[in-house]
Amino acid sequence: MKVVAKRPRALMDKPTHYCPGCTHGITHRLVAEVIDEMDIREKTIGVAPVGCAVLAYEYFDCDFQQAAHGRAPAVATGIKRVLPENFVFTYQGDGDLASIGTAEIVHAAMRGENITTIFINNAIYGMTGGQMAPTTMIGQKTTTSPYGRDSKSAGEPIRVVEMLSTFSRAAYLARVGLFNNKEIKKAKKAIRKAFETQKAGQGFSLVELLSTCPTNWGMNPAEALDWVESNMVPYYPLGEYKTPEGGEDR
Amino acid sequence: MADKILMKGNEAIAEAGIKAGCRFFFGYPITPQNELPAYMARRLPMEDGVFLQAESEVAAINMVYGAAGAGARVMTSSSSPGISLKQEGISYMAGSELPGVIVNIIRGGPGLGGIQPAQSDYLQATKGGGHGDYRLLVLAPQSVQEAVDLTMEAFDLADKYRNPVMILGDGMIGQMMEPVEFPGETSPEELPKKEWATVGNEGRKANIINSLSLQAEKLEELNLRLQKKYKQMQEEEVRVETTKTEDAEYVIVAFGSMARIALSAVERAREEGIKVGLIRPISLFPYPEQVVGKVAEQAKFMLTVEMNCGQMLEDVRLAVNGRCPVYFYGRTGGVVPTSQEIYEKLMELVRGEK
Repeated sequence: MKVVAKRPRALMDKPTHYCPGCTHGITHRLVAEVIDEMDIREKTIGVAPVGCAVLAYEYFDCDFQQAAHGRAPAVATGIKRVLPENFVFTYQGDGDLASIGTAEIVHAAMRGENITTIFINNAIYGMTGGQMAPTTMIGQKTTTSPYGRDSKSAGEPIRVVEMLSTFSRAAYLARVGLFNNKEIKKAKKAIRKAFETQKAGQGFSLVELLSTCPTNWGMNPAEALDWVESNMVPYYPLGEYKTPEGGEDR
Repeated sequence: MADKILMKGNEAIAEAGIKAGCRFFFGYPITPQNELPAYMARRLPMEDGVFLQAESEVAAINMVYGAAGAGARVMTSSSSPGISLKQEGISYMAGSELPGVIVNIIRGGPGLGGIQPAQSDYLQATKGGGHGDYRLLVLAPQSVQEAVDLTMEAFDLADKYRNPVMILGDGMIGQMMEPVEFPGETSPEELPKKEWATVGNEGRKANIINSLSLQAEKLEELNLRLQKKYKQMQEEEVRVETTKTEDAEYVIVAFGSMARIALSAVERAREEGIKVGLIRPISLFPYPEQVVGKVAEQAKFMLTVEMNCGQMLEDVRLAVNGRCPVYFYGRTGGVVPTSQEIYEKLMELVRGEK
């Protein structure tokens, strides 16, 4: 029998705690595949956030540090400055990265820290039970925006990749979606490029992944994937916003 | 031994860190400790080290967390309002059992307070400071030389216990210049390897730096292990200096630069035949409660003198445990009590005793 798919070496052999239809599992796998393909598992140190991915260190088979809420880029900075030859990545959600950790991500990008950030944007706080995130769509109902997000009092969703694009030392910035196989393949390519950017010492790299939260969105997994494509993609355009070569592709 | 050189407290503490093998410093500007990061910014590149001015105190302490977790000797410094901001990260370091040295050059508070010397962060420093059941090792120097010695020792203690250590100074310690000498030097290469550090899991299981425990029994286990460390600190790391306490009828208790000023009052009273002694706790956690308690057995009273409204006073009372009356004298907000004021307060109490 020919093996056509197997668990990446960089993932532990254990079930995750993620909800059915949540795309965290896909993203974990893509990151692990890239780590395997680049053969860097034993040189990689991950930084877990506070949020649904807080237990990421249980699933990746590499050294890990768990960071305080929003502080993963600062923790990663500390690690990378001590171990410049190692690979350091943060894995953060939108509450962690775009709300409480805004200063840390902005300044890590500004300094051009030679780290990679995997940014999960699912437009909601998952772990705490579905509160409004800075990335929540206008009109989207959450437990803390029960009448729908109103831009007059809650502002408009933060576009993180666009915001970070102004920094010259932010070398690779891309936004991808996980709503069909074609886009998932593109997502993996972007994650690979981000890690390659770090390998080449070119500066800060970040991939934003438009992700689902069927549980807190109150949808089934298929509806959630459709919702990403039809509601999120128009506001959060996909593509490469910055590459080390200086080009854009979107 | 090297020659003595004249140095400002803040700069001497920084150099002591480098001499102890620290090559990573993450900080953020705040008065009255600014000479410390500035010195590091000049010196660390010469030693192939890293100085990084973080975007905030919050980021700085989390950089310390990351660097400590990666196995490095690492340091940060700040002053009171900035130390408050660092408390989250300090709690995470204690919970994840990470070593690191944090310098607090205290200024008057609360709030933005002022920039003059104070000791009003005593309780914050010695009772944990952030959330959760934890303690820092807290060392309080009274001179620039002692600041050097304690800072160098702090790195060894941090590694020994895998726990953050705080150097608790005040604006006077930070700003004054005194002659110092540096007792030796450790290069980072000489330090023992930290097997628990996250440096890449080549040929071993993954190392995890973490303070999360969703199972209550597991988290209790961690807490009990931490408590065991604190108990060991209480048994092995108490540092205290006593002056003229052998025959003392009256005893002043003071720490840091306050103790130095109090000593003048003690000496003056002695010249007049009053039997006064001084207890100077150097480690504020662990607190020298046995020494204080023992001296209390012979004392008619104790007088605690602090640059705050009576914070160490609580620990003195606990240690004395009713053996003698405990009085307090302090100035606050950045006002420094003079030896004259302390002498007068002492004599007033002595007269009341007779």
